[in-house]
Amino acid sequence: MKNDYRARNHPAWWAFLVHRLSGLALSLFLPFHFLALGQALQGEARLDTLLRWTEQPLVKFAEIMLVLLLAAHLTGGLRLLALEFLPWRGWQKNLLAWAAGTALAAGLAFALAL
Amino acid sequence: MSSTGQGYAAPPLAAPGAGAKSETWLWIAQRASAALLALCVVVHLITIIYAVRHGLSGEAILARTRGNAVGLAFYTLYVLAIAVHAPIGLRTLCQEWLGWRSASLNWFTAALALALFAFGLRAGWAVFSG
Repeated sequence: MKNDYRARNHPAWWAFLVHRLSGLALSLFLPFHFLALGQALQGEARLDTLLRWTEQPLVKFAEIMLVLLLAAHLTGGLRLLALEFLPWRGWQKNLLAWAAGTALAAGLAFALAL
Repeated sequence: MSSTGQGYAAPPLAAPGAGAKSETWLWIAQRASAALLALCVVVHLITIIYAVRHGLSGEAILARTRGNAVGLAFYTLYVLAIAVHAPIGLRTLCQEWLGWRSASLNWFTAALALALFAFGLRAGWAVFSG
């Protein structure tokens, strides 16, 4: 089969793309996350200033997306480890749905502060 | 993109400037760090949700974390796993999507790993030391 849209219009390809893009986004976020937490070295007030900045609606939305991406990367990664290291079983086909559902649940739990 | 369209089915082919043996070690390191991260990310997600429910001010956060040696040890391990996992993943992405396959990519990967480890340790120390 040619490597065109037919090869890509498949749940496993979309899972691959979500895993890769979530990994990329998380990697880009990490340095900012580490630098932000490092503000605590300069005292609570400095950390507070940053935390107040994160209360803006757009930043809150970005935080929810990041939690969703982290959960998606986790569940997608668990699916890959199961596919690579466990003997093949029929239930592994359902891992995609489990991965997506669990990631969504984690994102919602954060968004709704459950 | 690998010819399989998945990119995960087998250890990657050796890139110029890197032997097949080192590629295999990178593949193993990526999977081993992934297994460790699976545990760490679950704990981190639970911690995030706990923190949101119990106050997100600088004072409230640091009151919970300062002097917590277990927390510092856990996040040090977490940062180590991240510093291994993320640069190897980005290296694969650079190879497959950007066509960057020269030896300079390996230097970039190593520098990224060291920087993530250093800044991650600093962040953990800032929050948990007390």
